[in-house]
Amino acid sequence: MAEAILEVRDLHKHYPLTQGILFKKQVGAVKAVDGVDFELASGETLGIVGESGCGKSTVAKMLVNLEKPTSGSIRYKGEDLTKLSPRALKAVRRNIQMVFQDPYTSLNPRMTVGDIIGEPYEIHPEVAPKGDRRRKVQDLLDVVGLNPEYINRYPHQFSGGQRQRIGIARGLALQPEIIVADEPVSALDVSVQAQVINLLDRLQAEFALSYVFIAHDLSIVRHISDRVGVMYLGRIVEIGTDAQIYEHPTHPYTQALLSAVPVPDPEAREHRERIILTGDVPSPANVPSGCRFRTRCWKAQERCTLEVPLLAVPAVYRLADTPAKHDSACHFAEEKQVVPPEDALAHAGPLKETAAGTGPAAEPPGATLLKKEPPGPGPDLDLDEKTGEKTGDGTGDGTGGEDADGGTGGEDTGGGTGGISKES
Amino acid sequence: MLLEVRDLHVEFHTRDGVAKAVNGVNYSVDAGETLAVLGESGSGKSVTAQAVMGILDIPPGKIPQGEILFKGEDLLKLKEDERRKVRGAKMAMIFQDALSSLNPVLSVGEQLGEMFIVHKGMSKKDARAKAVELMDRVRIPAAKERVGQYPHQFSGGMRQRIMIAMALALEPELIIADEPTTALDVTVQAQVMDLLAELQRELNMGLILITHDLGVVADVADKIAVMYAGRIVEQAPVHEIYKAPAHPYTRGLLDSIPRLDQKGQELYAIKGLPPNLLAIPPGCAFNPRCPMAQDVCRTDVPPLYEVTESPVPRSSACHFWKECLHG
Repeated sequence: MAEAILEVRDLHKHYPLTQGILFKKQVGAVKAVDGVDFELASGETLGIVGESGCGKSTVAKMLVNLEKPTSGSIRYKGEDLTKLSPRALKAVRRNIQMVFQDPYTSLNPRMTVGDIIGEPYEIHPEVAPKGDRRRKVQDLLDVVGLNPEYINRYPHQFSGGQRQRIGIARGLALQPEIIVADEPVSALDVSVQAQVINLLDRLQAEFALSYVFIAHDLSIVRHISDRVGVMYLGRIVEIGTDAQIYEHPTHPYTQALLSAVPVPDPEAREHRERIILTGDVPSPANVPSGCRFRTRCWKAQERCTLEVPLLAVPAVYRLADTPAKHDSACHFAEEKQVVPPEDALAHAGPLKETAAGTGPAAEPPGATLLKKEPPGPGPDLDLDEKTGEKTGDGTGDGTGGEDADGGTGGEDTGGGTGGISKES
Repeated sequence: MLLEVRDLHVEFHTRDGVAKAVNGVNYSVDAGETLAVLGESGSGKSVTAQAVMGILDIPPGKIPQGEILFKGEDLLKLKEDERRKVRGAKMAMIFQDALSSLNPVLSVGEQLGEMFIVHKGMSKKDARAKAVELMDRVRIPAAKERVGQYPHQFSGGMRQRIMIAMALALEPELIIADEPTTALDVTVQAQVMDLLAELQRELNMGLILITHDLGVVADVADKIAVMYAGRIVEQAPVHEIYKAPAHPYTRGLLDSIPRLDQKGQELYAIKGLPPNLLAIPPGCAFNPRCPMAQDVCRTDVPPLYEVTESPVPRSSACHFWKECLHG
């Protein structure tokens, strides 16, 4: 693995909650980011996924210094950005640039495209001497697939996808090493999304960029990322390579998240198990004790309320040589396949081995998984899992369970579509 | 047939000219059936639905042509006060953004109860009891305590449940859901979609689901109509369309989305942009972006061909649907 170009350690961002008008006193804090660690290797793409409010955008802002961390460190090539003098910081910031989510509001409507893309040069004139700027901007337009003659146009003359290309060109202007992209395609139409993702892919190869790619769309993150971190309520709960996270998730939240993603293929859906979480994400101002996911977790036990699980390789997998051996912040981490390997040819070999090898052994006694509570009110929200019977590795229970489902589907929040995972 | 839309046209008169938002749409939904209308922004999917609901702004909108048959009766011929009795009671709509669709200064209970007071002439007290019942039905925990709360006190998923409750209040026969889960997180999206599907089964309602998300569609729809530039370009049962699309636009869409269960290489990207509705290209509207376009596509508007090779009824508005279907 290449050396880490960016190293984030124990990053916190707390926004104080105050009471009173004249004499403000702090009554609490919104813990938007509450202890995040990761590193980014040179040339790699790290995807960060999570639901709204999990703190992923706050992490992005801290990486480019738009927010000051409450505590923790962000090291770029060994230098801690949080401790640098303003002058030194300015020089370093050139290397970390951002692409924003909304191409409609992140471009100044009164500036021409040339001015927007060339503005970074005002702050860092050493990159492009004055006479050279226009040519540089035109080169950039060309690189992102826009006509260089558009340099004097205004943002409103472009479509959403084109605007996002302008935003990307601005991000590239200073020849950064790292690009932090916060939901760069979520405001775009499906057919245009693919164009922008391909552009990002191409630019990475061309300019040896490292990406921190933040999104809520798990399919897009998988497509573009080498490694993926899953965030929940201000913390990373699981992190690993894309295959480890998507095919061998060990944290219950990751599993639920993956199982909830609609797959655009009615046939693949029938082979999937649906884990439907009840309830909403708790407020970051009032984070549950112990494991922060426990209020929605179907595995939660007393230990989860008392002990904060650390982000580390789970003990069960520490000595094993399996893809499940990656960091997961759960006391009861265990592998569970929720995304069936669609392309059997490409994945069949290694996957089948592990499914047969670790699957049944790691499966808990059926009873814990069958724990089921009637849907409805109650703070102790529970998972509705449509498991008829969970007997290890899915031989037979797949079809049987599914039939039973169809009949009783009306009863549960889970709905009739839930199948049983087929770890064939 | 519960609802049948026939040759519907909608246009908007703007300063720059006439924007032809809907250009001859035909679709139908039966009781208990789910029709998904799929399309990008500007494809006319929402405008069609607004015309069906009768909430289109006229002017600038105009319906120069077409029929909307609800149980055989043409809604476009009804007077506004007759139309009003259909809206809400016989058909209801769920909007994308629950926060901006709910009134922030009225409690949720008042907004839900209003339906019963206006349409059924109930007393305030009875209406409130009904509101609690509805909130229970869409599984809002502690409905009794929360009925007096205001929209901002609910989370996004809960607000969308309130929207669903409101749509269900008068037990309509048809529900139109316009991007009901787009603003929600995936885990909440699954809850809301399941709730909607379940209530639909229970009440045997027809459901028109408008979305741009091919994934959501695959999960719940019976049949799909794909719209492009105000026309339906392909219509088919859900399984068929994912297996073998018969229109290059549908094929392009399916190929251009990354899959959760596949680590793809480069994504297929449909080149170009959706057309400007003020100047829809002649011939097939998709021809400037189509990899299969021939001369005939630039001159002749393709009719909705019946896909004769398919065992189930499906249609495609492509001159070369056969070639598309097979490769």
